[in-house]
Amino acid sequence: MADQQEILSGLAEIVNEETGLDPAEVQMDKSFTDDLDIDSLSMMTIVVNAEEKFGVRIPDDEVKNLTTVGDAVTYIQNNQG
Amino acid sequence: MSERRVVVTGLGATTPLGGTIAETWDGVLAGRSGAKPLPEDMLERYELPVHFACTIAVDPSEVLSKVQIRRMDPSAQYAVIAAQAAMEDAGSPEPDPERLGVAIGTGIGGVWTLLDQWDNLREKGVRRVFPLAVPMLMPNTSSGNVSLLLGARAGAHTTVSACASGAESMGTGYEMIRQGRADVVVAGGTEAAMHPICFAGFAQMQALSTRNDDIEHASRPYDTGRDGFVMGEGAAVMVLEEYEHAKARGARIYAEFGSIGMSADAHHITAPEPEGAGASRAMREAVERAGLADSDIVHINAHATSTPVGDVAEANAIRRAFGAAADGMPVSATKSMTGHLLGAAGALEGLLTVLAVHHRTAPAAINVEDLDSKVDLDVIRGEHRTLPDGDIAALNNSFGFGGHNVALVVKSV
Repeated sequence: MADQQEILSGLAEIVNEETGLDPAEVQMDKSFTDDLDIDSLSMMTIVVNAEEKFGVRIPDDEVKNLTTVGDAVTYIQNNQG
Repeated sequence: MSERRVVVTGLGATTPLGGTIAETWDGVLAGRSGAKPLPEDMLERYELPVHFACTIAVDPSEVLSKVQIRRMDPSAQYAVIAAQAAMEDAGSPEPDPERLGVAIGTGIGGVWTLLDQWDNLREKGVRRVFPLAVPMLMPNTSSGNVSLLLGARAGAHTTVSACASGAESMGTGYEMIRQGRADVVVAGGTEAAMHPICFAGFAQMQALSTRNDDIEHASRPYDTGRDGFVMGEGAAVMVLEEYEHAKARGARIYAEFGSIGMSADAHHITAPEPEGAGASRAMREAVERAGLADSDIVHINAHATSTPVGDVAEANAIRRAFGAAADGMPVSATKSMTGHLLGAAGALEGLLTVLAVHHRTAPAAINVEDLDSKVDLDVIRGEHRTLPDGDIAALNNSFGFGGHNVALVVKSV
């Protein structure tokens, strides 16, 4: 099971690969849309890659609740394995 | 309103001969073949009868970012590279975005994306289909991405007329400026169709050369030993600009874009009309709309793909269009070096025609060892041909499956 820090850095890698953003920019309090400028299409790719990396299922209905990076990290932490 | 003239102020390309138009032109003048062997694993897996192609010389990953590569089909990657280079070559003009247009043609569009994502769906399921699959596979993916890159808002168009697409898009750009819809248009063509299905499809038509043991001599337009075309890929783009606009900013002008002529054969879905009636009409229309006499045309860059039937049909069409005057029109067959870039072919050859007029040098074809007696043309072989001083004009022919005929006229300035 990955801890919070491992999930955050794993997610930062996925975001970097999809958008080119510096992984250091991907912090818990950042909003995907407002701060990181990630559109809904990129978000879908990030979600699918995160599912594969962390062994979780993130239903489409849940994605809209993941406003910040922290929301995603917490969701993954609570639902992995 | 007085007639708006259209000039060429920038050129950009990525081709089988080089990552830039300068390297491509040097390759053409050096008589270099762009043919390269296809990957072994592809040949083994699909048992393709064709073992080579004119693949791109510089991989886009050397030019674009990782994110750009991920989010664009290869056809759009090539188009973006060529468009960016063309704008830089034009001295980075910065017209009002609403006066900057785009016209990028393609024959096949995002075929790699379509089939890669189909593989993903079948092998891994719907969740693994890339959310950008649709905007990457659509044929207008290149004009859309170039418009986005340049902030071009006058209109972004995509001409699709098989192997005439690239030439037709340049005509579209020319008309946009003539009609007053734009002052600057980035126009050209792109193709990235080195997918096994494309080799299989063209091979099943018997359209491709199978000279697998001598690949650099496989593309041999007008030669008696020709046995089909050699597939190529890449993109070529020119910056078209309204003449006064170009003059006002002190732009270098390569040549004037004189006109476009177009027709359709309505004869057969792939075979050219053998007497060349439709193709000759496109050529005549181009020359007449440019306000030129036949004797003003001193050079033709022919479509000349190296197929047994097509080359003779084009030769007949040129004779039919110009009669004895065709004796004074030395013909270049640059696909002997570049291969056939399909939807980018007319664009690349448009650029090569511009450079021929600009440098007053018409390039020699390679591999024409025994000129087909049915080809009654002055095909340039061996030495390049120096074009005359003074006012000159040249013609570029492009034809596509579906019976599309496009002829462009380029004039010296």
